[in-house]
Amino acid sequence: MGETLFEVKNFSVTLNHTPIISDLSFKVEECEFLTILGPNGSGKSVLLKALLGLLPHEGELAWSAKPKIGYLPQGLNQASVRDLPLTVADFFALKRVRRADVSALLAQVGLDKGVLSARAGDLSGGEFQRMLVAWVLASDPTILFLDEPTTAVDAAGGETIYSLLEEIWRKRNLTVLNVTHDLNIVYAHSTNVLCLSRFGRRCFGAPREILTPAVLRDLYGAEVKFYTHEGKDER
Amino acid sequence: MTTELALSLTSGVFIAGAAAYLGTLMLSKRMAVVAGPLGHLALPGAALALVYGFSISLGAFPFVILGIVLIWLLEMRTKLPMEALTAIVFAGGVATAFLFLPIDRAEAALVGNILNVGPYETLAAVVLCLLVFIAINRGYANIMLVNIHEDMARIEGVNVRLYNLLYLGAIAIIVALGVDLVGGLLTAALVAIPAAAARNVSRTLPQYRFLAAAIGIVSAVAGILAATATGLPAGPLVIIASAIVFLGTVPFARP
Repeated sequence: MGETLFEVKNFSVTLNHTPIISDLSFKVEECEFLTILGPNGSGKSVLLKALLGLLPHEGELAWSAKPKIGYLPQGLNQASVRDLPLTVADFFALKRVRRADVSALLAQVGLDKGVLSARAGDLSGGEFQRMLVAWVLASDPTILFLDEPTTAVDAAGGETIYSLLEEIWRKRNLTVLNVTHDLNIVYAHSTNVLCLSRFGRRCFGAPREILTPAVLRDLYGAEVKFYTHEGKDER
Repeated sequence: MTTELALSLTSGVFIAGAAAYLGTLMLSKRMAVVAGPLGHLALPGAALALVYGFSISLGAFPFVILGIVLIWLLEMRTKLPMEALTAIVFAGGVATAFLFLPIDRAEAALVGNILNVGPYETLAAVVLCLLVFIAINRGYANIMLVNIHEDMARIEGVNVRLYNLLYLGAIAIIVALGVDLVGGLLTAALVAIPAAAARNVSRTLPQYRFLAAAIGIVSAVAGILAATATGLPAGPLVIIASAIVFLGTVPFARP
């Protein structure tokens, strides 16, 4: 862990006169892998977008230095570009990435450079997501904002994507803000977790310390199963 | 070749080429359908131009701009889908046009007037089309990125507002010029058909961009030549030519 990268104080987001996030305060340190966890409707994606400046907010958001941000949005997948004659090479050309750099980036995410001539819309969900990770890394970001990056991928593929993201996070000394509703990945990949519930309850800290059965029950309701928590803890 | 034909062909080639090139972006945003209603909206302007005897495109342009601003404002206020709003605005445009459009001169507004285009109109069309082409070409990657995912484009440093404005401005110019070439009823086809045909047979983005413009240009030349040979109106023939090319590409289309 390093210096504070940014600090949020009394942060509130109101959309269409409805308060979505109110009076939230937390700090993110350099090289942290922070997962924003919560059930659907708890305002995770809204928080991420407000931190990115895509939605208006009240309160303070102070960066220690101007960040270079990479963003993997929710809902951008191979189906979004299926109608376009857009190859993987074309997709990188939209950002004017040099061909040699593209091959190196693809290698980092485990894709062969043969994929360059494939249509982006023909890739599998997992391949597209890897390609998108490489595409975002081309700008050499210092912080990655991930909004449910595995929604278009099956469970096994999702775990592979997270393993890849964790590897990249370690190698590049990145800071990661990751939004998910999936408890499984929290223990495996995060240094810290910020949990949001629909009822305004929050928690912040290292997942193994703060995600107690009582906290999870508050977050997700009584029906949540805890075997994942304990299973991961035993490893 | 007569001077009139040379002027018609020059205007036609530039307008159709630029419209088709712009169409490759509109198709990706499912916006091609909007060009049609905007063309219809240009009709009151075209009608005024015919009544007072000035260029149809010149008359059409302010009405298209007005339409775009109106649709943009209504979208912000109502959050209705762009297509629905465009339909509402265009119906108003057509209705207004028919109030004062002299029926005996309606043909030029409805199906275009490219065979009677003058030297100054041709010059204006060439200059405007070149401007649109250069602007769109320079901004192509960023507009495409905005089309694919607006928020991601914004985070990557794209000035989304600027590119949306550029994109809408280009649409306004092309629609206004398109009214002269194929008339208010067929401008959507001028934008959509060459791009759709090019999409059927392209594997890459550069192929798609090049082929769309080429198909637009070939259709304009074929339509105008067919019109001078047969005496039929040029606008519909230009569109029919591009529709034939489109049908020719269908066997090669990927599902």
